Amino acid sequence: MAEELKLFRTWSSVFALRIVWALKIKGVEYETIFEDLSNKSPSLLQYNPVHKKVPVLVHNGKPIAESLVILEYIDETWRETPLLPEDPYERAMARFWAKFGDDKVLTSIVWGVFFKEGKEQEEAMLEAMEHLQFLEDELKGKRFFGGERIGFVDLALGWLANMISIFEEVAGLKMVDEDKFPLLAAWMQEFADSPIIKDNWPPRDKMIAKFQALRDAKLAAAASK
Amino acid sequence: MADEIILLDFWPSMFGMKVRIALAEKGLKYEYRDEDLFNKGPLLLEMNPIHKKIPVLIHNGKPICESQIIVQYIDEVWKDKSPLLPSDPYHRAQARFWADYIDKKLHLLGARLWRTKGEEQEANKKEYIECLKLLEGELGDKPYFGGENFGFVDVNLMPYFSWLYVFEIAANFSIEAECPKLITWAKRCMEKESVSTSLPDHQKLYDFFLQLKKWHGIE
Repeated sequence: MAEELKLFRTWSSVFALRIVWALKIKGVEYETIFEDLSNKSPSLLQYNPVHKKVPVLVHNGKPIAESLVILEYIDETWRETPLLPEDPYERAMARFWAKFGDDKVLTSIVWGVFFKEGKEQEEAMLEAMEHLQFLEDELKGKRFFGGERIGFVDLALGWLANMISIFEEVAGLKMVDEDKFPLLAAWMQEFADSPIIKDNWPPRDKMIAKFQALRDAKLAAAASK
Repeated sequence: MADEIILLDFWPSMFGMKVRIALAEKGLKYEYRDEDLFNKGPLLLEMNPIHKKIPVLIHNGKPICESQIIVQYIDEVWKDKSPLLPSDPYHRAQARFWADYIDKKLHLLGARLWRTKGEEQEANKKEYIECLKLLEGELGDKPYFGGENFGFVDVNLMPYFSWLYVFEIAANFSIEAECPKLITWAKRCMEKESVSTSLPDHQKLYDFFLQLKKWHGIE
């Protein structure tokens, strides 16, 4: 029986990009369904009734939601080019860094620095810098977080390689200074230039416009309180 | 060589409870150390420098942090006894999804329950019960979330039930009528020694909660 694999995503979602990268790295064929989150399709609501979000991977009719859960599913189902290491301790470390990326790095950079201004932004920036330093330290002696090749943590943190420069341009401040974070800056470049990755970024001008609008709206809402 | 396992924990912590249950399910001997969270010890700070939080499992000198990650680690290392995650990738994904849902939703909502009053608290209660009902739907008629056997989702949810006793008193509500299947499920889980020996006594937890409210300046 032919495999039926569908990925529900939006053109801009960095979480969905993780899945695109993973499937392409594994050489797995799939169909893409683009969603408009202001007008969610009945299929999306049926496949992800709990969160109603993208990405959702539907494999032979069975849905999996939450990007890091989907990545582990992909890694366990298509075992070539493994994303997670074999050793349980190394796997635990990989899961730790992926979670750290989502819970701390993403939260402080997006919700703390990018969507704020003034004193709140300054404080969030200090926190974000602390988190980035942990990532910098973790990269010592490594080309990628996964070692010699791209792995689970690189896919989880990969959004940094594209979004940081977009955030820097829109918000008008430097977040990843190559002097302060040389390894992280080098990783971001290397990751962004990697074959599968560089062919799959969303259009930069569209992202700039989208995030400019989002930032303006958030700042306006905060100012009117 | 015998495994050396140390658990840095704090007895009322729901996250710590998950790890205790997992270790007990696997029949593992370990050294339990209760941390003073107002005066964190050097070992905790050394083993979890990033978050400085419990629980931390130290296995032969190597630390693992974050409760869900620790439980998966325990399941993978001691894979021959009482497997917690199913073997099929799809069912594993479902188990991870629900464990993630429990951590994201119940934890936040539970905290809101006792920190709010009046209308806000009523709204939080409603949302909390909705979440439990969703979980109850996922349980269905199975004896455990893991099916015939106690599994990953069961490990993740039971600790919230030990705190549910406290929330029901604090926010003046009961889930008995709303989620009868979950109550039955919780009782079934408590019959397991791995669960009953890992969860604190209700009264002790409630006394701790009263202390916690004082520290937060809440009446």
